[in-house]
Amino acid sequence: MQTFYTDMLCIGGGLAGERVAIEAASAGFDCIILSLVPPRRSHSCAAQGGMQAALGNCAMGEGDSPDVHFEDTVKGSDWGCDQEVARLFVDTAPIVMRELAFWGVPWNRVVPGPAVYFKGGQKFEVYEKEEKAGLITARAFGGTAKWRTCYTSDGTGHSVLYTMDCKALEVGVEVHDRVEALSLIHDGENCLGVVARCLRTGELRVYFAKTVLIATGGYGRIYKHTTNAVINQGTGLILALDTGIVPLGNMEAVQFHPTGIVPTDILVTEGCRGDGGTLLDKNEYRFMPDYEPEKAELASRDVVSRRMTEHIRKGFGVKSPYGEHLWLDIRHLGEKHITTKLREVYDICMNFLGINPIHELIPVRPTQHYSMGGVRTNKDGAAYGLKGLFAAGEAACWDLHGFNRLGGNSLAETVVAGKIVGEKIVEFLKGYEVNIKTSYATAEVKKQKERIEKLKNSSGGENVYKLRNEMQEIMMEKVGIFRNEKDLQEAVDSLRTLLDRSKKLSLASNGIGANPELAEALRLPGMIKVALCIAYGALQRKESRGAHYREDYPYRNDKEWLKRTLATWKQGDDLPTLEYEPASKVFHLPPGDRGYGEGKVIPSDEDEKSGDNK
Amino acid sequence: MSRTLHFEIFRYNPMDPDSKPHMQTYYLEEKDNMTLFLALNEIRETQDPSLQFDFVCRAAVCGSCAMVINGRPGLACKTKTKDLPDKIVLHPLPVFKLIGDLSVDTGTWFRGVAKKIEAWVHTTKTFDPNALEERMDNDLANEIFELDRCIECGCCIAACGTARMREDFLGAATINKIARFYIDPRDERTDEEYFEVIGTDEGVFGCMGLLGCEDVCPKQIPLQDQLGIMRRKMAIASLGGKVGKLFSVFSKKKK
Ligand SMILES: Cc1cc2nc3c(=O)[nH]c(=O)nc-3n(C[C@H](O)[C@H](O)[C@H](O)COP(=O)(O)OP(=O)(O)OC[C@H]3O[C@@H](n4cnc5c(N)ncnc54)[C@H](O)[C@@H]3O)c2cc1C
Ligand code: SF4
Ligand code: SF4
Ligand code: FES
Repeated sequence: MQTFYTDMLCIGGGLAGERVAIEAASAGFDCIILSLVPPRRSHSCAAQGGMQAALGNCAMGEGDSPDVHFEDTVKGSDWGCDQEVARLFVDTAPIVMRELAFWGVPWNRVVPGPAVYFKGGQKFEVYEKEEKAGLITARAFGGTAKWRTCYTSDGTGHSVLYTMDCKALEVGVEVHDRVEALSLIHDGENCLGVVARCLRTGELRVYFAKTVLIATGGYGRIYKHTTNAVINQGTGLILALDTGIVPLGNMEAVQFHPTGIVPTDILVTEGCRGDGGTLLDKNEYRFMPDYEPEKAELASRDVVSRRMTEHIRKGFGVKSPYGEHLWLDIRHLGEKHITTKLREVYDICMNFLGINPIHELIPVRPTQHYSMGGVRTNKDGAAYGLKGLFAAGEAACWDLHGFNRLGGNSLAETVVAGKIVGEKIVEFLKGYEVNIKTSYATAEVKKQKERIEKLKNSSGGENVYKLRNEMQEIMMEKVGIFRNEKDLQEAVDSLRTLLDRSKKLSLASNGIGANPELAEALRLPGMIKVALCIAYGALQRKESRGAHYREDYPYRNDKEWLKRTLATWKQGDDLPTLEYEPASKVFHLPPGDRGYGEGKVIPSDEDEKSGDNK
Repeated sequence: MSRTLHFEIFRYNPMDPDSKPHMQTYYLEEKDNMTLFLALNEIRETQDPSLQFDFVCRAAVCGSCAMVINGRPGLACKTKTKDLPDKIVLHPLPVFKLIGDLSVDTGTWFRGVAKKIEAWVHTTKTFDPNALEERMDNDLANEIFELDRCIECGCCIAACGTARMREDFLGAATINKIARFYIDPRDERTDEEYFEVIGTDEGVFGCMGLLGCEDVCPKQIPLQDQLGIMRRKMAIASLGGKVGKLFSVFSKKKK
């Protein structure tokens, strides 16, 4: 069997994984990235909109500062985030954006002179200052007080990921693509490496590493309708869950994006609404200002998604063979704006819908988009429960986002956390030695081999695609935007049944080599466990906070629920074990009103006194 | 309106000693808004779960799913079945190493050439976290972004006669990549240094200018222009010595 040794093993070659790897490799450590696909094809490349950092260069960003960014982020999170982490993030983000510029990202820049923008369909003019000419500019995104989203046209994720991968190449990061981590090797205290499967040949491999980073991105494919890439199946979270000791944080916090197109669920960027796009109903009536007079289409995503669903439920949805939807209108932005600043959007509409957004309306509906939850880490990115295990990016619950992340904050998180966690890993690696305990690896390899053999020879009769589709439907229908006890209980029950049935999976094909059916069958039981962490966490959380909205508990309850869910999976169980910890150690910004959304709150006893907590 | 689509798909699993390269037939009912992404997944899920192909973004941004569709390289995810005849013939991209069926190893290929041309910003400066970013004209930023839009799908390489003949040919995407760094003032490489990298038959002088590449590029990157520009610059640089240097001073200024 092929065996590799390295200082740092990065599971995931998206922005988070690569940024961490660059830090470690630049400090002289050996570093290997494992990725399901070539790093540049990671889902990060699909992010169109941009990254938030309080540079305050553009006219509409004037007066911005990390403090304002901090406030937006905490409010956006509905006070679910870790405020120490949020502080660290907003302070570091501007430096990281400049560093990216230094490495080659072609950020859009301030053009001095008068400039015409749109907001809520209205045209207005501002003056961009001469002294800011050529500095990194920004655009508007939902839930922010200032324009702070740095961008490169509408290919921000692509540009930054390509630049990052170039940098990784320069500093000698080794990449093993088409390799899937299957399980962690650990001794109950230290993380020692992973067992992986080569997706070219189907062979198993062992990687021994002093530190392992989980940077595997989101798990959107657990849902039927998601903006996420096909490979976003949450396998990184399964690695953590299967240890039985490493907890996942706040898995019930799932974000839906207001504008996934119907039917393919491809995202059109929030930049559309940021630049002045509006939402219309079946009567082509702009309804958002009725619900949210101040922010309208630019309230945070959880609010806009709920309002859209509410409006559809009231009978204002547009009927289609693929279910009801609403319209996104960007026609008034004009041809030039749409074909330059929103070109990807234009391409998506033309290529996948056959619709020309310069003249026609775009069919959209709220679609699963982002996972705030993930492998719970401390502020250094170290996972709870195992020494030497770290996590960063969307796969982590560092906890910058709490119960709702702001647009532009997650792409920024990947690179900012990447830098911070990378530095911490370098500190950790200095002078750190582990005993390579091959016995743990041997046992883990044996386990995986047995799983594979069992699947190849099983006659259990369950079909992997069928079970997967059932799981996706349950999640979409019962663990979606509006939640309640009855649906959630049903979801948990059906998912438990599915988990049991997944033990009887058998292959219809021979499973030889890079067989896709086998790969899927290896993932599915873990995916169902992740789904159960979400559904069960949501069932237990009897309040509404951010993206987690309970129809039967419509208030945010700071008295009882200003805390984070931690889910572990004990061996042999068919449900996760839930524990809780305080949402934040410090409350620089005490819980209060977000200024948008329904805003019903049961205050905690702490709220009154926490005001002087700084 | 519903058609039955007739697929002929190239099959070969190099890991399976019993597998021989052959074409396999599938039939599928066409649906509204069907793309090859949807069609191939349906075939895999309902007819043949061993069928190998690569999709990641299914939105024409990641470059994973290029294949030869009725004789022409293209992205499968953005190919609508309604734009194709009843019979759809699918082959893996040539030039790249076959992984199985329609899946090829474009990742390794592109990483290889990126290493060869050192596709990163070469600078002698170090990053100062306390300084403002260096200013850049927004038009230039847009120009760089234009060339940065390549998604490394490999269509242009697969369509290129030269690339099919000589294994070491860098290809249009790579020359475009050089052009991207060439116009970037942050990259301090001189014309001579660029010449070392692409002023050869592996590079711009291997290109026969037959236009195969630009035609198939799903991102409509102006490959012909870039090939032409780089060829002219490198021709001048090849005059070497003084002329080259003079030109390089001139061209850097112009940036
Ligand atoms: C369509 C879309 C648009 C978005 N736009 C924006 C935006 O404008 N602004 C913003 O802030 N955020 C945006 N986001 C969110 C943001 O893009 C993601 O949160 C972010 O890119 C995640 O980066 P990552 O590095 O954590 O993970 P990814 O980029 O998803 O990378 C995950 C990596 O892990 C690898 N991997 C996974 N599992 C395994 C395994 N088992 N073994 C080995 N490797 C594995 C994958 O191959 C991949 O390399 C968007 C998201 C979507 C879906
Ligand atoms: S123009 Fe040059 S690079 Fe393009 S296909 Fe022809 S030979 Fe290949
Ligand atoms: S230049 Fe165009 S065809 Fe060639 S790899 Fe890039 S995107 Fe694909
Ligand atoms: S799947 Fe990403 S380009 Fe086709």
